[in-house]
Amino acid sequence: MNKRKELVIIGGGPAGMAAAIAAYEKGIRDILILERDKELGGILNQCIHNGFGLHTFKEELTGPEYAARYVDMVAARQIPSLLHTMVVDVQSGNPCMVTAMNKEMGLFRIEAAAVVLAMGCRERSRGAMNIPGYRPSGIYSAGTAQRYVNIEGRMPGREVVILGSGDIGLIMARRMTLQGAKVKLVAEIMPYSGGLRRNIVQCLDDYGIPLKLNHTVTQIHGKERVEGVTISRVDENLKPIAGSEEFVHCDTVLLSCGLIPENELTLDAGARMDEVTQGPVVNDRLETTARGIFACGNVLHVHDLVDNVSGEAEKAGEFAAEYILKGHNDWGVAVRPKIPQKTKCTLPEGRDAGSQLICIGCPVGCLITVKRNEDESLDITGNTCKKGEAYARSEMTAPVRTITSIIRVQGGEGKVIPVKTAQEIPKERIAACMKEIRQATVKAPVRVGDVMIENVADTGICVVATGNMDISK
Amino acid sequence: MIYDVTIIGAGVSGCAIARELSKYQLNILVLEKALDVCEGTSKANSGIAHAGYDAKPGTLKARLNVEGSRRMQKLSEELDFPYRQNGSLVLCFDKKDMGRLNELKERGEQNGVRGLQILDRQELLELEHAVGGEAVAALYAPSGAIVCPFGLTIALAENAAVNGAEFCFGTQVIDIQKKNKGYLVKTDQGDVETKVLVNAAGVHADEIHNMVCESKMEITPRRGEYLLYDKRVGSLVSHTLFQLPTALGKGILVTPTVHGNLLTGPTAQDIKDKDGVATSAQGMSQVQQMASLSVPGIPGSQVITSFAGLRAHITTMPRGCSEGDFLIEQAKDAPGFVDVAGIESPGLTCAPALGEYVAEIVTDILKPAKKEGFISTRKGIPSMALSSDEERQSLISTNPAYGNVICRCEMVTEGEILDAIRRPLGAVTTDGIKRRTRAGMGRCQSGFCNPKVVELLAAELSVDESQIRKSGEASWYLTPKEQVKEKGAAYE
Repeated sequence: MNKRKELVIIGGGPAGMAAAIAAYEKGIRDILILERDKELGGILNQCIHNGFGLHTFKEELTGPEYAARYVDMVAARQIPSLLHTMVVDVQSGNPCMVTAMNKEMGLFRIEAAAVVLAMGCRERSRGAMNIPGYRPSGIYSAGTAQRYVNIEGRMPGREVVILGSGDIGLIMARRMTLQGAKVKLVAEIMPYSGGLRRNIVQCLDDYGIPLKLNHTVTQIHGKERVEGVTISRVDENLKPIAGSEEFVHCDTVLLSCGLIPENELTLDAGARMDEVTQGPVVNDRLETTARGIFACGNVLHVHDLVDNVSGEAEKAGEFAAEYILKGHNDWGVAVRPKIPQKTKCTLPEGRDAGSQLICIGCPVGCLITVKRNEDESLDITGNTCKKGEAYARSEMTAPVRTITSIIRVQGGEGKVIPVKTAQEIPKERIAACMKEIRQATVKAPVRVGDVMIENVADTGICVVATGNMDISK
Repeated sequence: MIYDVTIIGAGVSGCAIARELSKYQLNILVLEKALDVCEGTSKANSGIAHAGYDAKPGTLKARLNVEGSRRMQKLSEELDFPYRQNGSLVLCFDKKDMGRLNELKERGEQNGVRGLQILDRQELLELEHAVGGEAVAALYAPSGAIVCPFGLTIALAENAAVNGAEFCFGTQVIDIQKKNKGYLVKTDQGDVETKVLVNAAGVHADEIHNMVCESKMEITPRRGEYLLYDKRVGSLVSHTLFQLPTALGKGILVTPTVHGNLLTGPTAQDIKDKDGVATSAQGMSQVQQMASLSVPGIPGSQVITSFAGLRAHITTMPRGCSEGDFLIEQAKDAPGFVDVAGIESPGLTCAPALGEYVAEIVTDILKPAKKEGFISTRKGIPSMALSSDEERQSLISTNPAYGNVICRCEMVTEGEILDAIRRPLGAVTTDGIKRRTRAGMGRCQSGFCNPKVVELLAAELSVDESQIRKSGEASWYLTPKEQVKEKGAAYE
């Protein structure tokens, strides 16, 4: 391999791929993506639920589908990548120096005119939250559990309490339920959820999972495996209120308590960091204070939506290309990147779920009020787009949902393939649909869109693959 | 078969004794109720090789401490475990306490600790900038050191095993019967006959003792809670900082660990439950508060985990044994039964000397010949994280698995994890992997590497992933496929 590249991109997730494509479009041809996992796509590959791509592709995709589109774009441009490759060091300069290693090539160095950092983020661990108690097995970050269920096809527990109502926690509440686990509750220390409103509706309300706001886990029980947790109400200073303790029996605790940008390499490169974002500070061109090293996506700051990651990464790719072609210019002082104000997710208190609906059509989550007239016609108000009206109408007459899950694969490189119902199915058919999905097995290879099950649960709707899988070598 | 020596407990003391005895022509058996070595007090302590000024002069504690401290470095070279002589400081926060600081120095000198020195505030700050404003003086012990407690215990055990000692894990002693020439040890895995029986059962040593001896012993576990900090703040201090004990308590230490983290703790609370290693909100906040006296501004946000360990504190000594000291002797009413009990702090430090001390007791009884061809050295698992680029390159060229990073935070590779499983007394649990390689010990606390480590363990041990444990039998990670099926959630 040529050990000199114009542009090296660290991380082959949504940010890295978007940056690579954008740089290519600006005329850079000598690009290399370094990815530590077995495939491009990053964490999207385990986010098998839908809700991605409304901005970027103007349609609702699952995580693997969103990733697959970028993988195809990378392939179409013949942008090379090295998988199973860990970057161990990055140094800025002219050229920048990237040190990486993998099984085939050992330890190797690459000179790069510019580097884009796109390593993503990680989850806060139990230790970082100072939760007292024993240290049994059965405590997972929500993302680890998600990997077990959606990539490995394994169940990390049967009776689950989730701490933190970030989106991954909410998504996993539904996911574990669909796979047969009992999710007892989601405890959230704040008076509002950290996740999107629509996820509270479609992940918790749909399955009758209680969300306990102003509550936290104050003790983990079980010497070997989790045997339960104590949850307590907290006061306005987030301190547990004595006497409010409640024991909840469970064998699994999932933590969804925030994400932290993964900036080990950034720090070692000497880039100045920001205490609030825990990512690097950057100038107008998304360049860190380490010359020639750009940053985008969750490594820069934690984003709510992957569409925003892609958008930011495109800019980083373009800026890196400009730097390679035209050199450095006065790009302003490096500062904390602008973070879109996150809306605090509250549901109106005392909401009558029968007439006040939260639209699940997009991340906005409009509150829609429906009045049923005597002639059975509906007055729908509060929606801000047509989707909202359609959602409300269907919700009041025959509610439907898209179901995403996995199906076991024989003879493939992986163990399971992500799937979804090709269209929404009636809500009351979810259990029957999941039963068929859980019992199905398909043979590799599988491509996005392949029909896995026809007419699932007599709905007339088929279950299609949302990921690709080759035959095992 | 009748064993010459059976040792109950594979903590640091039991393993040190096994290693020392494996220099002789003896059939040695180590019984351990956990699935791995180093599962009790040995895994949850300060990781300090104490200089030896704490113990009362003339006690066994004092003698073994100073001897152990002197031998630790050489042993770390022979057996290849992490050790660093970083020096320790006992901080004095009140001029009125200077007398006691001087007493500590004198006591240390009586014990044979070399190089002790009282530093005034100026000298102290020159040595350790981060020390808090209230410290007025300190006792400096240049021989104080830090050591990896897992590394030490595992190294001793592996070396003992290589030299012929047998280890039985998952084996709990239920009862002991005296026989004509020795003991019949009843365990949940069957009976064992042995000529000499060594009781190194940590917090459970009283239960073992009381199965054999008339004069009873009682051990009360004394819980100590710790906070472990990210490596980013690991160099906040370079020495181990103790606090001069006051009426308010024994004080809290702040120390770098041999792996570059920062460690604070322990609390001291007598409890009843011998498995009561839960941390508490109160304990953790006490550690933070008291540590800030030594080093202000340790960022709480950098805590990566907390844990608690139990010191085996003897509250009732058998008749005729000296209070406040280790109890290491052949029981007065049970020939061939050797107690190694009450090994609380500085037990880890003592291990190298303690092994030899107990071996002398045992060899006095059995009079064995020395073994030809004792292997005195052992090589640890190579660490890619600590290797130079050239060393990394050469490791990967011998085995490409060293190029596949499994634990990102600590940069532990597949090659190291496979080593940990395939070695003598190899890891069978994820905690075993963690203590041998550091996979999962970093800032994400195994969030990323856990599924991969479970997969590697299952493949190497040829079992389903649901059979892989964190540490104990009941500490499963994944539901078995069959059970999922019963619940109607068929996976296969």
